[in-house]
Amino acid sequence: MSQQVQVNGIGKTVNASTITEILHEEGVDESAPFLAVALNGTVIPRGEWNNTQLAAADSVEIVKPVSGG
Amino acid sequence: MTDGLTIADKTFSSRLFIGSSGYPNQQVMLDAIAASTAEVVTVAIRRINIHGGGENVIDLLADKYHLLPNTAGCYTARDAVLTAQLAREAIGTDWIKLEVIGDEETLFPDVEHLLTAADELVKDGFIVLPYCNDDPITCRKLADIGCAAVMPLGAPIGSGMGLRNPYNIEIIRDQVSIPVIVDAGIGTASDAAIALELGCDGILLNTAIAKALDPVKMATAMGRGVEAGRLAFQAGRIPRKLYAEASSPQAGIVRA
Repeated sequence: MSQQVQVNGIGKTVNASTITEILHEEGVDESAPFLAVALNGTVIPRGEWNNTQLAAADSVEIVKPVSGG
Repeated sequence: MTDGLTIADKTFSSRLFIGSSGYPNQQVMLDAIAASTAEVVTVAIRRINIHGGGENVIDLLADKYHLLPNTAGCYTARDAVLTAQLAREAIGTDWIKLEVIGDEETLFPDVEHLLTAADELVKDGFIVLPYCNDDPITCRKLADIGCAAVMPLGAPIGSGMGLRNPYNIEIIRDQVSIPVIVDAGIGTASDAAIALELGCDGILLNTAIAKALDPVKMATAMGRGVEAGRLAFQAGRIPRKLYAEASSPQAGIVRA
């Protein structure tokens, strides 16, 4: 079942229904270290990615550390 | 460790905090950080797939250095708080360099949002090191909120102008009891030394090293500048005087 969500600021139609699935759709290995995810402005801990359901119009942020000052 | 810099539950022997951005390549970054003697390295938090370069920077740094994630690029307290929470989740540290920017040309802080974000993050258990303007009142408010240090700017980020208002920095040092780390605007080693000579506890810099013609050499200079400034501060300088006072004895001078 596909739905419209925002991933990192971009509107997308996705088949994913959980955080883990959306990571896969974005080409991200969910076991990679130094990853963090927020759903609708709330950080979702790694242990809950598999159990957290996505709904239409949800906004997902997937981030990692990069060079910075 | 004698004369370490203690912030929250950590004590560092180096008073230089360094950024990981803008180096010619990753090897130069690693060499410069090592040459600087810094133990604390800042990183940013960004959406994946947006940034190609520096993909593995965290892998290169995480084992060797104390990572200090920042909220660079955030213009609201809300964005800064979420970024900090994501940083904590991604890296596993409670430490955060809090930046809430008010203007994209000067990158000066938005003080109102900064205070709001600092308050929320301190209550959420973060160890907050706020990048702030060189205003003693703002620094006192940040200290009262419970920040672990204050980080007043010397000059705009990346400007290399040095300490534009050393008198304010000195007042800040005098009025807050938490560590004062000059963050932003350092240009060369003498700027670093001056900050420490004023009694500041440390400095944070990135551009002055990363964009120097020889980043590794500049990193070495900065490390020594910080040490020299700290020693000079502890040594107790002579006062400034308007008129001369001869240093050689006045008696027994040869007169032809």
